[in-house]
Amino acid sequence: MSISIPALMGQLLIGLINGSFYALLSLGLAVIFGLLNIINFTHGAQYMVGAFVAWFLLHQLGLGYWWALLLVPIVLAAVGILIERLMLKHLYKLDHLYGLLLTFGLALILEGAFTHRFGSAGLPYSIPERLSGGYNLGFMFLPTYRAWVIVASLAICLGTWFMIERTRLGSYLRAATENPSMVQAFGINVPRMVTLTYGFGVGLAGLAGVFAAPIYQVSPQMGSSLIIVVFAVVVIGGMGSIMGSILTGFGLGIIEGLTKYFYPEASTTVIFVIMAIVLMVRPQGLFGQR
Amino acid sequence: MATDAKPGSTDEAAHPLASRDELREARYHRNGFILLFAILVVAPAVVYPLFLMQALCFALFACAFNLLLGFGGLLSFGHAMFLGMAGYVSAYAAKTWGLTPELAILAGTATATALGVVSGLIAIRRQGIYFAMITLALAQMVYFFCLQAPFTGGEDGIQTGPRGKLLGLLPLNGLAMYYTVFVIFALGFFLIHRVIHSPFGQVLKAIRDNEARAVSLGYRTERYKLAAFIMSAALSGLAGATKAIVFQQASLTDVHWTMSGEVVLMTLVGGLGTVFGPVVGAFVLVAMESYLSELGSWFTVAEGVIFVACVLAFRRGIVGELEAWLRRRRHKR
Repeated sequence: MSISIPALMGQLLIGLINGSFYALLSLGLAVIFGLLNIINFTHGAQYMVGAFVAWFLLHQLGLGYWWALLLVPIVLAAVGILIERLMLKHLYKLDHLYGLLLTFGLALILEGAFTHRFGSAGLPYSIPERLSGGYNLGFMFLPTYRAWVIVASLAICLGTWFMIERTRLGSYLRAATENPSMVQAFGINVPRMVTLTYGFGVGLAGLAGVFAAPIYQVSPQMGSSLIIVVFAVVVIGGMGSIMGSILTGFGLGIIEGLTKYFYPEASTTVIFVIMAIVLMVRPQGLFGQR
Repeated sequence: MATDAKPGSTDEAAHPLASRDELREARYHRNGFILLFAILVVAPAVVYPLFLMQALCFALFACAFNLLLGFGGLLSFGHAMFLGMAGYVSAYAAKTWGLTPELAILAGTATATALGVVSGLIAIRRQGIYFAMITLALAQMVYFFCLQAPFTGGEDGIQTGPRGKLLGLLPLNGLAMYYTVFVIFALGFFLIHRVIHSPFGQVLKAIRDNEARAVSLGYRTERYKLAAFIMSAALSGLAGATKAIVFQQASLTDVHWTMSGEVVLMTLVGGLGTVFGPVVGAFVLVAMESYLSELGSWFTVAEGVIFVACVLAFRRGIVGELEAWLRRRRHKR
């Protein structure tokens, strides 16, 4: 079998891009799960809303991509905080499954409402001028925007990792994950930390939506298919470690890209197959603890 | 933040029942059965039979789902794979192999059972929230398989011709089809009722309420959970295969993740862990769907709102609230 380098590199690049989104979203899920014990099913819808807010800022208010990068996470975090205060906080005493069901309902509401308003067809969002064009690397063409997304999401992932694993705030967070009432006894306002953590996770999803807007079409369905893959990524990695989520996200993106090149029929299912294998061999996930 | 309130566990599960209460419960179930079946026998005289058949297929689907969640405490977010896959196989068997309806339904059910064995062995390795995510991912894999596999007809699905003759004798038109569906539903419903009240069902409930204790009592909980999963998959398949024969088609809608969400909603609305709840929930949702179908995507929003309302304020569901009300009234007397 002869290997065409530009085509292979092209698929690898797509894989890396998808991997950036897997990493960003599974990171947000893991952070939320750590403290709230809730799997945020709305994550995909919140990512979709992020892309729509970016589109709205550009087309209704004339605020471009860079403004969107700043404003969308703030808007989404505010929405997240509202959701946590109004609904999620009533569920902490119940079985975890109710959190999943509630956020699933919220996802349906968001997706239905946006489909009603914007239809199923995607809306275009143009690449900002500073990031258009690309580099010719000799063996392949690298569009600037895609390079930017990979570098930026890697930076955000590592920044989040640093914040949680290496700062004082992060140590409170990790302590509260282990034993919230003990941390509360030390005079730290745990409920507020829980609220802000959810806001942060949702903000991350919104940011991923802004990154995605120029690459994929902005459409109401963009979140739901992605979130199911991200769930599989989370199961493969295990939600125990932040770095684990990042590595699994990027790694699986690359594997998916390679599959698209070597055996395209399996590219949509390869991550699920890997999930099944990992569950048989190491049920707690690659980076999870029992 | 971990907790004790498992979904579906009622006050009864917390306090062991006196035998008088057990008798009363048996009487309540018997009266419920008689009422339900009496309504279903005369219903086609009043209500459009196609609507009833759709509702009965979904009712069986929801009961099968409830067996797993309400009594086993396992939330599967991928039950559409059993419904949809069985539908495809039974439609294909009826159309291409020319099998009679009952054999086509059996073929579909057998396929769903096999799928249940494989996916159960994988999913049962994790619990709680992971179990939900794994079943969802496995179902998505089945969805992509159905989208690409040559025999499913991709986006178009399979359109079968006439329904054929039951056992090669009885043509399944109008009321004959309705009463066939009714019998299939009744058999499935009775089977689930028997399972729930068997020693097996008692162990299952014990595992739902406290798995560690069940393990310490010597039960191999994995096996019980797997058996419940396979049974639930098989009965979901029976519902899907029957539905494909009734509507003479199988399509991607039935394997899509939204269908998995819908069966959760039916069970939740009707009452998690109650015997009659899923039936009521299925009828409510199917009625809603047929009346609100022109609303398009607002229907999705409505479903979402009901989900949120059920989780926040109405966790016992319609039948669960009714039972709680009856209990309160009895204690007052």
